[in-house]
Amino acid sequence: MQEPTPTQISTSVFRKPKARLAWIGQIFLGILAVLVLYIIIHNLFTNPVLFTQIVISGLQLGFVYAMIALGYTMVYGIVKLINFAHGDVFMVGAFTSFYAVTRFNLHQWPALVFSGISPTLSVLVGSLSVILLAMIICMIMAVTIERVAYKPLRDAPRIAALITAIGVSFFLEFFGALYFVYSPRFIPYERPFGVIAWYIKNGVHLITPGKEPPANSITFSNILIIIVVASLLVQLALQFLVQRTKIGIAMRAAAFDKPTARLMGINVDQIISFTFAIGAAFAGLGGVLYAIAYNEIWTQLGILPGLKAFVAAVLGGIGSLPGALVGALIMGQAEALTAGYISTPMRDAVAFSILIIVLLVRPTGIFGEPEKEKA
Amino acid sequence: MQIGFLVYSIVKIVAILAYIYGLLWVLAHTSKWVKIFGVIILFGIIQLALSLHFGEFRILNDFDSGLLFQACAMTMVALGLNLIYGFNGQFSLGQYGFYGIGAYTAADITWRWTNGDPSGLLVVGLGVILAGLLIGFVKRKLDRIRGVPVLSAFTLYLLLSIVAGAVAIGISHFISPLIAPFLKTSSGPTALASGFTLQIVFFLSVLLAGGFSALVAFLFGLPVLTLGSDYFGIATLGFTIVVNTLMVNSDTILPFPEMRGGRGMIGISKLTTWFWAFFFMMLVIIVMRNLIRSSTGRTVMSVREDETAAKAMGIDVAGTKLMAFVVGSLFAGIGGGIYAHFIGFLSPGTFDFLVGFNPLIIVVFGGPGSMTGTIAASFVWMFFLEGMLRVLLGQLGTDAPTWRYVLYPLSLLLLMLIRPQGLLGSVEWGFLKPKVQKLREKTSGEAAILPKQS
Repeated sequence: MQEPTPTQISTSVFRKPKARLAWIGQIFLGILAVLVLYIIIHNLFTNPVLFTQIVISGLQLGFVYAMIALGYTMVYGIVKLINFAHGDVFMVGAFTSFYAVTRFNLHQWPALVFSGISPTLSVLVGSLSVILLAMIICMIMAVTIERVAYKPLRDAPRIAALITAIGVSFFLEFFGALYFVYSPRFIPYERPFGVIAWYIKNGVHLITPGKEPPANSITFSNILIIIVVASLLVQLALQFLVQRTKIGIAMRAAAFDKPTARLMGINVDQIISFTFAIGAAFAGLGGVLYAIAYNEIWTQLGILPGLKAFVAAVLGGIGSLPGALVGALIMGQAEALTAGYISTPMRDAVAFSILIIVLLVRPTGIFGEPEKEKA
Repeated sequence: MQIGFLVYSIVKIVAILAYIYGLLWVLAHTSKWVKIFGVIILFGIIQLALSLHFGEFRILNDFDSGLLFQACAMTMVALGLNLIYGFNGQFSLGQYGFYGIGAYTAADITWRWTNGDPSGLLVVGLGVILAGLLIGFVKRKLDRIRGVPVLSAFTLYLLLSIVAGAVAIGISHFISPLIAPFLKTSSGPTALASGFTLQIVFFLSVLLAGGFSALVAFLFGLPVLTLGSDYFGIATLGFTIVVNTLMVNSDTILPFPEMRGGRGMIGISKLTTWFWAFFFMMLVIIVMRNLIRSSTGRTVMSVREDETAAKAMGIDVAGTKLMAFVVGSLFAGIGGGIYAHFIGFLSPGTFDFLVGFNPLIIVVFGGPGSMTGTIAASFVWMFFLEGMLRVLLGQLGTDAPTWRYVLYPLSLLLLMLIRPQGLLGSVEWGFLKPKVQKLREKTSGEAAILPKQS
């Protein structure tokens, strides 16, 4: 331990100081990685069927997280605000579809209007209209929240906006829990369409209702397929929107430099509202699909999926759309594997440990670009 | 009845504010004797009001004294958060996690002691002291080496803490069977497990609860404080959620069957008297005030104002943040210990992360960076929202608790839009007032206070 000489100090201003004792941290990370790999490989070889089943449930979760994470990553990219209320918009999407299905039977309108329609087409159109309604309501709500709560605070310190976001989130959760709105209880969710499940053992077979699938078979349902397809479609659509259209260019410009974008004739306020609306629409879609998949909803449904989707967005690199998908898939797998092999309650702990480790090792995330110094 | 209750509640709130003002005024008095006797008299007033009763009528009934004790605990927690968020600018949502850790630690120590098992006190005491010594020793060495990555330092400290814990468990494994017969015989608990000794154990347990919270805060804050401000908020929120999960599973994942997991810990001796609540609250207030009005406090505030400028002045920004976080969590742990021994029952729902926003609401209402605001807001929050509004809303319908949580965020939103610097702004009363003169006028709500030239 030598005391640095004055010349060393003066040069170190320009050169990054050499990392000393970095090996301790690297060994720590190495041990963690070996442990995780051991758990995964050990379980893969002891019971491959169970492992595949867990991975499939993780995929389902991950693709739902991907839909929420898109909204987080876009909003954070533009206004640098962790939109706490995003998870609650997700919850509102689930509740909208609940009301539409159980109270107003919206999913049955094609069958009622056109009497001779085939049942498959009727269910398809009915479910799509439920999802569309949830997306529209979420969009309206997100734009309202943005206009009422966030816009007046755009020039205030970031923490003030964050506290406001927490306030909005709280309000939505507990307003929904009032008895005249709904109740703080869990409610069973009625699906707009039936579940069709398959099992894989010597080929793919349909599970007939009322019969158990044979032992040691991998099962999956149409809900998984719908979630994966919807999530990928959303991802592609958003990619197209951001990369190829005029409004996408405006969004990227606003994310890069707001004052200059304003000088270029972009209505930044409108772009921000639009971003909130798009993110909320996808969160609404995710909410409906989440409720369909796990058929139980309550007013605090959105908190943990929202936070985990944010962690996924950070993991993938905040501001990056493919990053949100990749991060969400990793989060889904981490959660499913923890719940399956370590212990169910510890899955939240794992999610937040991932956040901390990612921010320490690679603060920009997997796909993130190194941050440029801005004044 | 409602009008009468309303008037009575408002009178109580005004009285408690006057009491706090008087307390701070007495503490600020130049004469030593006025200070000492004033504090004793002010302590005695409430003690009398708690103990005197005229037939059925009592000046402070059980409901009011419950609010008072909880307000004392909340003051400590909120002051800790104010140090982290208000004075140091680190947006933390983890305060309730440390509060919960403190509550469960202190409760477990005294629970074990009264049930004839001194190992709780021994393990936590030895572990915290040993870990503190080891970490302090290594940190001094490590600070001299430039460019040690945070992850390496964290790994080292984690290892040291595990070693300290293991040593403490090992030592107590040998010593506690020697002490245990003195605590509990076949005929029941002995005199050592009650009375004066128990008071000392309680005192130690509250201090150790704070110490353990501080240790956890050190280990957790070291890697997490290097993140940006809002990432730090999310990570600390995650910490609260994880701590709550551990509490719910304390009898399955953690080896503490006496905490009974989600059913809640019962059988904690109700040891918190007005003396202890008052003592620890005064301790926290005085320590915090002296910290803030010292050069360390100015360092803490300079980090909030401008990190780059602070670094340019030679301030160890990371170290200052960590120090503020650790001290804030220490206060939260002490508050937790007081709360646990007042209420006598701990359930994980009390430390839910949704409830965990309460200290934040208090700090924001009282004004971040204002100690008076935090203290007053803690008491007013307890007496107004928990005491008055809960009762009034409770008469209206069954979902009163939910209504409260609808009104909090709405008022928070309004406050953020109308008066973001908090209701009291940067006003300080008596003892908490900085002794230096204000050289500049207030600029944009923040008082620009410059130290006196010496």
